[in-house]
Amino acid sequence: MSKVLSIDNLHVAIDGKEILKGVTLTIRQGEVHALMGPNGSGKSTLSYALMGHPNYDVTGGTATLDGVDLLAMEADERAKAGLFLAFQYPTSIPGVTVANFLRQAVTNVRKPDRKEGEDLIPMREFRKEIRAEMDELGMDQEFARRYLNEGFSGGEKKRAEVLQLAMLRPAFAILDETDSGLDIDAVRVVSEGVNRVAAKNHTGILVITHYQRILNYIKPGFVHILFGGRIVESGGPELVDLLEREGYDWVRAKYPEAARDEDEMEQHTPSGQLTF
Amino acid sequence: MATDLNTQVEGIKDEYKYGFRDSDAQYSFKSGKGLNREVVNQISEMKNEPEWMRSLRLKALEVFWEKPTPTWGGDLSPLNFDDIHYYMRAADRQGKTWDDVPAEIKNTFDKLGIPEAERKFLAGVGAQYESEVVYHSLREDLQKKGVIFVDTDTALREHPDLVREYFGTIIPIYDNKFAALNTAVWSGGSFVYIPAGVKVDIPLQAYFRINAENMGQFERTLIVVEEGAEVHYVEGCTAPIYTTESLHSAVVEIVVKKGGRCRYTTIQNWANNIYNLVTKRAVAHQDALMEWVDGNLGSRLTMKYPSVYLMGKGARGEILSIAFAGKGQHQDAGGKVVHGAPYTSSRIISKSISKNGGRASYRGLLKIADGAKGSKSNVVCDALILDAQSRSDTYPYIEIDEDDVKVGHEASVSKIGEEQLFYLMSRGLSEAEASTMIVSGFIEPLVKELPMEYAVEMNKLIQLQMEGSVG
Repeated sequence: MSKVLSIDNLHVAIDGKEILKGVTLTIRQGEVHALMGPNGSGKSTLSYALMGHPNYDVTGGTATLDGVDLLAMEADERAKAGLFLAFQYPTSIPGVTVANFLRQAVTNVRKPDRKEGEDLIPMREFRKEIRAEMDELGMDQEFARRYLNEGFSGGEKKRAEVLQLAMLRPAFAILDETDSGLDIDAVRVVSEGVNRVAAKNHTGILVITHYQRILNYIKPGFVHILFGGRIVESGGPELVDLLEREGYDWVRAKYPEAARDEDEMEQHTPSGQLTF
Repeated sequence: MATDLNTQVEGIKDEYKYGFRDSDAQYSFKSGKGLNREVVNQISEMKNEPEWMRSLRLKALEVFWEKPTPTWGGDLSPLNFDDIHYYMRAADRQGKTWDDVPAEIKNTFDKLGIPEAERKFLAGVGAQYESEVVYHSLREDLQKKGVIFVDTDTALREHPDLVREYFGTIIPIYDNKFAALNTAVWSGGSFVYIPAGVKVDIPLQAYFRINAENMGQFERTLIVVEEGAEVHYVEGCTAPIYTTESLHSAVVEIVVKKGGRCRYTTIQNWANNIYNLVTKRAVAHQDALMEWVDGNLGSRLTMKYPSVYLMGKGARGEILSIAFAGKGQHQDAGGKVVHGAPYTSSRIISKSISKNGGRASYRGLLKIADGAKGSKSNVVCDALILDAQSRSDTYPYIEIDEDDVKVGHEASVSKIGEEQLFYLMSRGLSEAEASTMIVSGFIEPLVKELPMEYAVEMNKLIQLQMEGSVG
């Protein structure tokens, strides 16, 4: 059975300021969608709002996964429902090993009805699985014993995100600027990992990026342009080439109202990096 | 998830998990409440002590009366010294084998869940039930090497000269009010003697427990590590819950001679009403190593600053401490290092967690004496505060009278980050699980220093402390 992630007219504000002004998007399991847009267009806001970050206030619209209201859920319940976010800036958790963290996460996601304090998935089974996945991603076995994201290089952080994606087997994964800060070889390795995992689990993918290069490896069937807090254009892979060739000037000209909003947002989020 | 963490993290489970009480215990002697010369004389007579100990106790009692109650640290004003039992003995004789240990005492151990395997693993179990150690066993091969591991009362009877040589030399009666009190009414505790060159390869362990309402516990531990010898002593504590104040005031004295090594590990989890006022001090001679690993949970107020006096060239001292202050609790803990000789080095690492209005203070003294050239010291204290009601303070005192030294000091205070919580929750962890994981990670650098079974217990205790923290 193919599940559907359905976002309809979603409005999201941070600190009372509206960033998303009505986003509508439907993704089916197994599909690959790309969401492109300039810095500060609201791309990351969409990913955080969908995953349930408490600082992102949904002021209107709906988001459902397989018909179930995502917006009423805490972040952990959304994960259990089958949603995954590969973070642009994964935070470090000192003193907590990748293995200990993932064993707990995998247990919770695969056994959503398990009560807290009940047994985790068996160590032997877990170890076998994480070793196999790390092999596939070309990661050293030692990696599982390191503290989560603590002192990881940019490439290691992104690989760790894909490792989590592989272990948690979500129905839908949002990849938030997964290519940022990676050299071209690392982009390839990470992308191949995503493709393999997505094919195995029939995962629906939303790739958020403002560069073309990751899309040379993770090939989208659907491409959307987010501009001024709304999706202004949707189409096929040809949109990627168009943006690569001509930039966003034509978008700006075609959607003057969105351009005004975009300029205003630009002033508020200068670097495009999220501020908590 | 609410945006405000403060409204989320609240209501630690007040119910103390080990709060059962063994009503069947047969107390064979119980002193009346309050303290006077007669009580002290009575304790000494009951134990058939030599005259020097009796007069030391009486002298210490005078010092206790003379010294004012400290006004720094925590609030000691609710302590009523007249409302405490100063001596109690649970059994008339000491069991020589496990079979001789009274059934109700075994029952208490069962409830504490000390596993059979652990008993076998350990060299000897000195279990302080009430004020006196009632069971002791020591692996025979250690005995053959001349290792002594007995309760201090037994040591005073069987090795009076050894005890007299060291007792009160590291922590004299004039040191502080509570050390004086302990000296006046001490009972139980461990006496450990490791002969020169003997390396004890398994931890020696004592398990402590308080089990009488209003009963103070004043154990006295003395460890002598001779030249080139090594030992790891482990002490664990759980105590049942009471409705009235209770006092625990122990003294631990340690001597580590030339080239010797000693590690003293404590995990204490006191009931929420207990005043835990402990004096711990070690002297490390030339090239000796002294390490304190100290975990403090529970209690109403803990004041404890394990110290190391580095008195010989090349001596090293290390203090690792973890404190967890929950609702109504004040952990005033830290460490003290005195560099009294050249080329000595020390490291203090302190981690504290406060939540639900708890208060954790780091109080440390680093002193480098004139002439202790080439000495090195590093102090790191990190505090994690889980909500806005809780508090953390740092009182680092540094006195350096020598120029040729290297000293580092770092302190950090942090809150559980929203990003950390969100990251873990986005992977399916509940907010409570995420908080617990972050806290466990925070203390992990110290927990990994613990013997395996204590690391497990420590993590279990932290989980209990964190449980129910999210409404």
